[in-house]
Amino acid sequence: MSARDKILGRLRAHMPAEAMMPPVLEAHYAPRARGESKAERLRRFRTGIEGFQAQVHLTTEDDWPTLLSALCAQKQVHTLMFGGLTPAGRRLMTTRFETTVLRSWEGQVETLKADLFHRVDAALTHARGAIAETGSLILWSSPEEPRTLSLVPPLHFVLLDAATIHPTFFDALRYENWAAGLPTNALLVSGPSKTADIQQTLAYGAHGPKELIVLVINAEGEAS
Amino acid sequence: MSNPSQGVSMRTYPLRPEAVYFYATCLVDMFVPEAGMDAITLLEREGVRVIFPENQTCCGQPAFTTGFPAEARQVVESQLDLFPGDYPIVVPSGSCGGMIRWHWEKVVGDDPVLMARAASIGARTYELAEFLLHVLGFSRPDTGPGTTVTLHTSCSARREMGTHLVGRELLARLTNVQLVHHDHESECCGFGGTFSLKHPDVSMAMVSDKVASLKATGAGQVITADCGCMLNITQRAAREDLEAGRSVPSLPGEHLATFLLRRTGGKPMGERS
Amino acid sequence: MSVQTPSSPASNAGQPLAFVSAQALRERMHEAVNDTHLRQSFRGAMDFLMAKRAVQFPDPEELDSLRVLSEHIRQYSLSKLPDLLEQLETSLVRNGVQVHWAETPDEANAIMLEIARRHAAKLIVKGKSMVSEEIEFNHAMEAAGIGALESDMGEYIVQLAGEKPSHIIMPAIHQTKQQIAKLFAEHIPGVEYTDNVDALIQIGRRVLREKFEEADIGLSGVNFAVAETGTLCLVENEGNGRMCTTVPKVHIAITGIEKVVEKLEHVAPLFSILTRSATGQAVSTYFNMITGPRRSTDQDGPEEVHLVLLDNGRSQAYADEQLRKTLQCIRCGACMNHCPVYTRIGGHAYGTTYPGPIGKIISPHMMGLEQTHLLPTASSLCGACGEVCPVKIPIPELLIRLRGEAQSAPRADPAMVGQGAAYDPKISLLWKMWAGLYSRPSTYRAFSWLATRFRALTPARQRGWTAARTPLKPAPRRLRDMLKDRT
Repeated sequence: MSARDKILGRLRAHMPAEAMMPPVLEAHYAPRARGESKAERLRRFRTGIEGFQAQVHLTTEDDWPTLLSALCAQKQVHTLMFGGLTPAGRRLMTTRFETTVLRSWEGQVETLKADLFHRVDAALTHARGAIAETGSLILWSSPEEPRTLSLVPPLHFVLLDAATIHPTFFDALRYENWAAGLPTNALLVSGPSKTADIQQTLAYGAHGPKELIVLVINAEGEAS
Repeated sequence: MSNPSQGVSMRTYPLRPEAVYFYATCLVDMFVPEAGMDAITLLEREGVRVIFPENQTCCGQPAFTTGFPAEARQVVESQLDLFPGDYPIVVPSGSCGGMIRWHWEKVVGDDPVLMARAASIGARTYELAEFLLHVLGFSRPDTGPGTTVTLHTSCSARREMGTHLVGRELLARLTNVQLVHHDHESECCGFGGTFSLKHPDVSMAMVSDKVASLKATGAGQVITADCGCMLNITQRAAREDLEAGRSVPSLPGEHLATFLLRRTGGKPMGERS
Repeated sequence: MSVQTPSSPASNAGQPLAFVSAQALRERMHEAVNDTHLRQSFRGAMDFLMAKRAVQFPDPEELDSLRVLSEHIRQYSLSKLPDLLEQLETSLVRNGVQVHWAETPDEANAIMLEIARRHAAKLIVKGKSMVSEEIEFNHAMEAAGIGALESDMGEYIVQLAGEKPSHIIMPAIHQTKQQIAKLFAEHIPGVEYTDNVDALIQIGRRVLREKFEEADIGLSGVNFAVAETGTLCLVENEGNGRMCTTVPKVHIAITGIEKVVEKLEHVAPLFSILTRSATGQAVSTYFNMITGPRRSTDQDGPEEVHLVLLDNGRSQAYADEQLRKTLQCIRCGACMNHCPVYTRIGGHAYGTTYPGPIGKIISPHMMGLEQTHLLPTASSLCGACGEVCPVKIPIPELLIRLRGEAQSAPRADPAMVGQGAAYDPKISLLWKMWAGLYSRPSTYRAFSWLATRFRALTPARQRGWTAARTPLKPAPRRLRDMLKDRT
């Protein structure tokens, strides 16, 4: 008999005869729903993620490439990598960057690995959405925007549409029905990487990005 | 039934009864009888008749927590007949109160008749302090001189009986008494029954830290509603005094009942001639 | 105790890191509790973590509701555990993940060694995984000539020091920055002593980034495995978990069989209560949901993903309705942060992979009661652990149950391995006498009368009690005597 069959056999022998009632998550979440406006959700998201040492810039669909260019110059980014086939990537192709070399992701990671670890200073990805309650970005990997982009380069820019901010994680995965189809890698990101493993002292830039900069579009009229 | 030590929800209290059963616990009966007498005096002074079931011995907790459920059960079963009337049962100790309120029912768990009896007893079992405050509305003028005290609440009172604010409230009603809180107030004093015998090192570390925290408040004495904690704390402090050659106790301790009685014009048992 | 910095580097293959037997618990506790430095550092760290947790739960009503929900999700999952494990397997296989089952640590290591050999792996980088600690994974790999490198900063420090984690969430909590500075300077070529925490972290980052790039296999644990979608969820702050599960060509995840939940939405409340209870964070930096290896259209990610499902005593706990509650645990560590015993002795003294209250109730299933029967006694039953447990495991109740299992006379059909390991006919007889005394009111009256009247004969030495306190002495007269005198 295989280990599998032995383990399952032991569990089956003692599985409760009566099934428990499934938990009803709404009972916890519904009474706590805030009914926030888009602006309030943005405000809460921003407070949250800024608390985790991320930078947030409110901008527009028209202006963000220029802002990114300026930020890259300010941060002395030599090489910025991004997915060339995304709408954002196509916009970048037509933007003028003074000091930064733009490089779109081409091919499989194996051909790019050394560059990603040693020569790419920053990456841009878009966010699928965000979570107001915790100040978290939702990133879904895709062939156009591989997951390494948001992980290996030391500076990570994220483009977020203010209209896609959900009140809670539960709302995001329930109302977008994530269970119906997840990408290879779905991710919540709340700030640059960090650790408190040495004497409970918080230090940023552990293994992932040292800096996280969020460019929020579609925030017109919501800025304060 | 709410799960003990998992956050006790607010309890509803009965109206003032004509009489109560007083379950002294073995520790009070044999080691701190004055506290028991003072508790009885307090109850009677509020106009409640106190019934002391002569056949009471022990709540069974020592065997229960040590891992001898059959022995605990034997003792618990011998106590189930002590409360024939439907009067409340008042216990001057949080840990024995917790045992009766939550665990008697479990200890006799395979016998529905005994379980029902244990459950009905548990449901009307109150820690003395909560009974004084919530049922009797204890509020008498403080006739004592100004003093500063600190309060230790037992883990059972805090987590099984949910009464950690009751002691504070009772002391707050004494106008000349200033209550000072100690650091790590919610932390265990390190008694834990057989724990103190099985793991004396860690138990000593815990009680030494507790004594240090209590002393650091500068309060004249420590008040507690649990005799196990009281003996643990005061006898540790006494040992420290002994080792330091101090003749005056550096941390005298007193049961809440004794303290309340003295402050409100009564004469504690230990001070009667 | 482990606060001294051992000089042996972690790479001394063949040198087992296994703890000495848990029978020696008492001596280790004695040593630990008398280590002033250790006591101070744990007290400070636990105070810090307790305060941070408290800030995350300003609304007791919300906390209560979330705990009830989390407990329900965990109990519901366990009530269907074999079904969910099969569903998980089906989903994972559909997603292209290879699923392995292991009854014992040896089986788990053999499975992973086989995968490593198939890929001719030289280096495995590891994200934080307590299950890999439980099975002594590093040792098993090193014995086979394969490097297993911890990449969580705390785990890396602990491995460098040749130690084991002293806390399940903060493995190096027992080390000071000065000790870590010394460790780095001694073991990492070209590193000068610095106790600047940022500088130390950057040193670790530099060293480990090279390893992520070069490693053949990444190993990780799992916080939640979702049956309906075949998703493995990982909670972390550093990004090393993402590195281990993204960069190497092969990702092996290992988890206990209890970590499965039915629906993806079940992870939302569990994730929230986990980070808030564990480190007092509203959310961790990363919540990483992995649903399969690199797909044909993907440009990156591991080409193979494996999941190893480990039993190691969990099915024994499952078999008993009460002990099953042990498996509700989501490994937040709040019970140890709030434990007055853990605070006094630190994590190493327990001698088990999982220290603190959760360790006391789970280790007996993993190691048997022969080795662990003293663990459940090392608690004052203060209830602080049960009070903060995010999934409402009645830890004190389980400790009492395990005390009973250990001390009762050996039975023909024991609920667990090692039942009766602490059975002592003399102690049992004493308790029988105790019960006889206290269950017969007339006998008790006679005994208590004698004890009070002959109080002068009370022994001055009373085992552990008088180690720290003045002796207990019965009062001259009992309460019942005083009451009689009144009338």
